[in-house]
Amino acid sequence: MTELTCIGCPMGCRLTVDEENDYAVTGNSCKRGEIYGKNELKNPTRVLTSTVAITGGIHDRCPVRTKDAIPKGKLFDAMEIIKKTEIQSPVKCGQVIIENILDTGIDVIASRDM
Amino acid sequence: MYELAVIGGGPAGLAAAYSAYTNGVKKIVILERDKELGGILNQCIHNGFGLHRFKEELSGPEYAHRFIDMLKDTSVEVRLDTMVIDITPEKKIYTDNPSGYDVIEAESIVLAMGCRERTRGAISIPGTRPSGVFTAGAAQRYLNMEGLMAGSRVVILGSGDIGLIMARRLTLEGAKVLACVELMPYSGGLTRNIVQCLHDFDIPLYLSHTVTEVRGDKRLTGVTVAKVDENRRPIPGTEMDFDCDTLLLSVGLIPENELTRAAGIEMDPRTNGAYVFENMETSIPGVFACGNAVHVHDLVDFVSDESSRAGVAAAAYIKGEKHGGDAIPFKNGSCVTYTVPQKLHKNTTAEKTDVFFRVNKVFSKSRIVVSDENGVIASFNRPFMAPGEMQHIIIPTNKLKGSESITISAEEATQQ
Repeated sequence: MTELTCIGCPMGCRLTVDEENDYAVTGNSCKRGEIYGKNELKNPTRVLTSTVAITGGIHDRCPVRTKDAIPKGKLFDAMEIIKKTEIQSPVKCGQVIIENILDTGIDVIASRDM
Repeated sequence: MYELAVIGGGPAGLAAAYSAYTNGVKKIVILERDKELGGILNQCIHNGFGLHRFKEELSGPEYAHRFIDMLKDTSVEVRLDTMVIDITPEKKIYTDNPSGYDVIEAESIVLAMGCRERTRGAISIPGTRPSGVFTAGAAQRYLNMEGLMAGSRVVILGSGDIGLIMARRLTLEGAKVLACVELMPYSGGLTRNIVQCLHDFDIPLYLSHTVTEVRGDKRLTGVTVAKVDENRRPIPGTEMDFDCDTLLLSVGLIPENELTRAAGIEMDPRTNGAYVFENMETSIPGVFACGNAVHVHDLVDFVSDESSRAGVAAAAYIKGEKHGGDAIPFKNGSCVTYTVPQKLHKNTTAEKTDVFFRVNKVFSKSRIVVSDENGVIASFNRPFMAPGEMQHIIIPTNKLKGSESITISAEEATQQ
């Protein structure tokens, strides 16, 4: 049994997830709580946002993010790759900066024009 | 001569300008002191913006982009690097920009200056004055836009959203965030940020604690944290020492209203913003205000909504719809700390009135009650309310028009 706070909405329901009973979720007030509770224990994922070095832009850093959520356990490894990345202006919002990061199937994209 | 001048090119100014444009105002200028549009969104590179407005999770720059793109094909003029020095009740705007001093005249003005962070001076932390003490937003700008780390061992005072976001961001960049310290018994930030930014990285949150000493000569070397009693006074014997080179302050935001005050616009001491009517008009007819300059919002989506209403109202004013005359005040009832708007024009033609407010404690099952001198006008059930979550109710305006004054209060829903 694991206790979690749901992040689906501001209510912040206190969820209990029973791993031995097919990840049954209790304490939720809606369906989203159940989905969050199951995913959070089976395969927690997060969208990673950071910046990469850019030359020729209005700033020295260009914001980037993973296009979709990646496994939570890979956040720090993904940061190591992002930190070493340098790009050249111009880039377009949504342009792929790093393809298929850590074989997650997820690209890292620029999150603004610069 | 412009029809509308918008002061500030952040999310509030962008939304106000765009909605004024789509409501028929063509001669609009946005005055922005930074070198680009977008305001604070440019440094908020995390995701979670736009869930309400665009039904997807965007980063701050992406959210700003949506509005900047919408303005591209319009006649809205943008003046960057332009600092507004003064505005007058006659709607003259004095500006400074790289080519010099300029005076702009407009029929209507929208004030969208946003807010600033409270600093160490505002909360009086004892101790020395070394470098390494930053507001969370300043550290965020250094890191996300300039690529500079504030430090390597960090304590965060205050659990506002910017502080929580920075706890995660600095951790991902390799810093050690030792603790997040909150004076109140509850967090000032959104629950999802407590989970995603602190729990995910095992950063402890100390509620009912504060920083009682700052140490260090040139650079910060450590802070002392102590538990506080119910009167928020430190309890002797509960001190903990942290060795750190950085202290971030996330202790609240203050609407930025030097221009508003200097123009003689009536201010609300509860919000530190202008008193506004239901159409976001201030005490000077034709001058409107919106966004964090009026009251500090939790979500940019709500800033955009409010600012769109201000833009629509400015357009109506320019077309000749003038209000004035008698007004009905909104008052704080029990457990309510402020309301926006503060006043309702008696001659308004709006069918609905949006009211925003905050409560002063955490509620579970609860009820919002709208009443006047004759009794209850409307009530709204809520499963949960907290000071960190702005409340929003919509009331049919005709239910309010006969009142002398309207009181908004919050109560536990224990009895039927």
